[in-house]
Amino acid sequence: MMNIFKKTIFSVLFSLLIIGNVNADKIKIGTEGAYPPWNSKDASGKLIGFEVELAYTLCRYIGQQCEIVEQDWDGMIPALIMRKFDAIMAGMSITAERQKAISFSQGYADEVASLAVMKGSDLEGMNTPEGINLTLGGSGVKKTLKTLTGALAGKTVCTQTATIHQNFLESGDVGKINLRTYKTQDEVNLDLASGRCDVALAAAVAFTDYAEKSGKPVVLVGPTFSGGAFGNGVGVGIRKDDTELLKAFNKAIEKARKNGDISRIATKWFGFDASM
Amino acid sequence: MDLELMINSLPKLLNAAVITLKLLSVSLIIGLFIGLFFAILRLNKNIFISRFAYGYSYVFRGTPLLVQIFIIYFGLGQIEYLRSTVLWVILKEPYWCAIIAFALNTSAYTSEILRSAFQTIKPGIIEAGKSLGISNKVIFYKIQIPIAIRQSLPAYGNEIILMMKGTSLASTVTIMDLTGVAKYIISTTFKPIEVFIVAGGIYLFMTFIIHNVIKFLEKKYSFN
Repeated sequence: MMNIFKKTIFSVLFSLLIIGNVNADKIKIGTEGAYPPWNSKDASGKLIGFEVELAYTLCRYIGQQCEIVEQDWDGMIPALIMRKFDAIMAGMSITAERQKAISFSQGYADEVASLAVMKGSDLEGMNTPEGINLTLGGSGVKKTLKTLTGALAGKTVCTQTATIHQNFLESGDVGKINLRTYKTQDEVNLDLASGRCDVALAAAVAFTDYAEKSGKPVVLVGPTFSGGAFGNGVGVGIRKDDTELLKAFNKAIEKARKNGDISRIATKWFGFDASM
Repeated sequence: MDLELMINSLPKLLNAAVITLKLLSVSLIIGLFIGLFFAILRLNKNIFISRFAYGYSYVFRGTPLLVQIFIIYFGLGQIEYLRSTVLWVILKEPYWCAIIAFALNTSAYTSEILRSAFQTIKPGIIEAGKSLGISNKVIFYKIQIPIAIRQSLPAYGNEIILMMKGTSLASTVTIMDLTGVAKYIISTTFKPIEVFIVAGGIYLFMTFIIHNVIKFLEKKYSFN
């Protein structure tokens, strides 16, 4: 009796090992599916968006089959490290902090971040330049950050957890604020609309996309942000020991850029050329 | 295993455990009163009243706590009319939304626990009280309620422990409780195993304390 039991367990385990190996040459790419237009889901639950389409294009250049899997944002990097998938394409900006844990390919697209409020907020009409680059710095940037520090004091500022936007808000550049973090951008949007958040920070396109789809009077305020805590564009996240795959992705991105694939796909999803 | 990270995150997590305990105690106290109220309604001879109380516990026990929190937090936040009422002062705050959800949820379970405890009281005890000329009111407050509380201690202890674990859902509505802070630390260190082990250990320790307090009370108020 015990023998049969043991045999069954062994054969089940063995077959699991084999199944695991069959898919081994497929590249698994993790994405969030909740950050339009970068990546999201259509009504039937299928993953769509700029990065989903780009992922398949890059895989064609690499010459390997790809499978795109969904993963909650806050567990993205741990899941990559634990080999749930082999690459991240989830609107993840390349930052020094993340580079301590994983490698990034060269950037394939860039986004600017922006604050957003509901129409009628007293933050509308803030006197700031169109955009600031934190890496460049200078007196203009300093003055803008000072204006923002004054404007955001005592306000509830909302953003998605574990993002460059959270890093920026915690950096002290805009002083001490009442920061609230959410699991998804959808939830940030909901609470901005409900009035629980006075102001929110995310990729500018995340707000314009929400305003367009929901019809809610969400408006961008203040400058657009880039550089510094906002990283150096969005790249493919890859495990540090996976140098072969990193090379393959870098090559594929270069080819796709040269052939105009990245700008074509970016223009299709963003409405402007967000490629880099 | 990153032991240094585990040690470094311990004080932050212990601080967050205070929030967890606050959420737990406030919602348990409110839940106990509402639960007692519905338990009494359940025992009412009027079928409509007892059915209503049954429906209440049926709804809150039959739906996931996470769904209840989302309905109260994100759902009610979408109703524009509500935002212009005085209720919004409370509903605007994630903390109070979580308390409301937890209190309503635990009250449903508590009402069932108390109801069954009331029903296990032997009629002879109440009759004994009546034969001594004690009024119904005094019998209820001085005989039935104490016995019911003693009877429900083991089951209620379980409910406290379940509720304590349930408070981890507060992190889904931006509250920085034990789970919320654990997730926050993970989001900057990308090391979930270490941090969740420490957080899990703290939950386990709290369970240990609650378990033993209930055990002590059970012994103290034992009938034997």
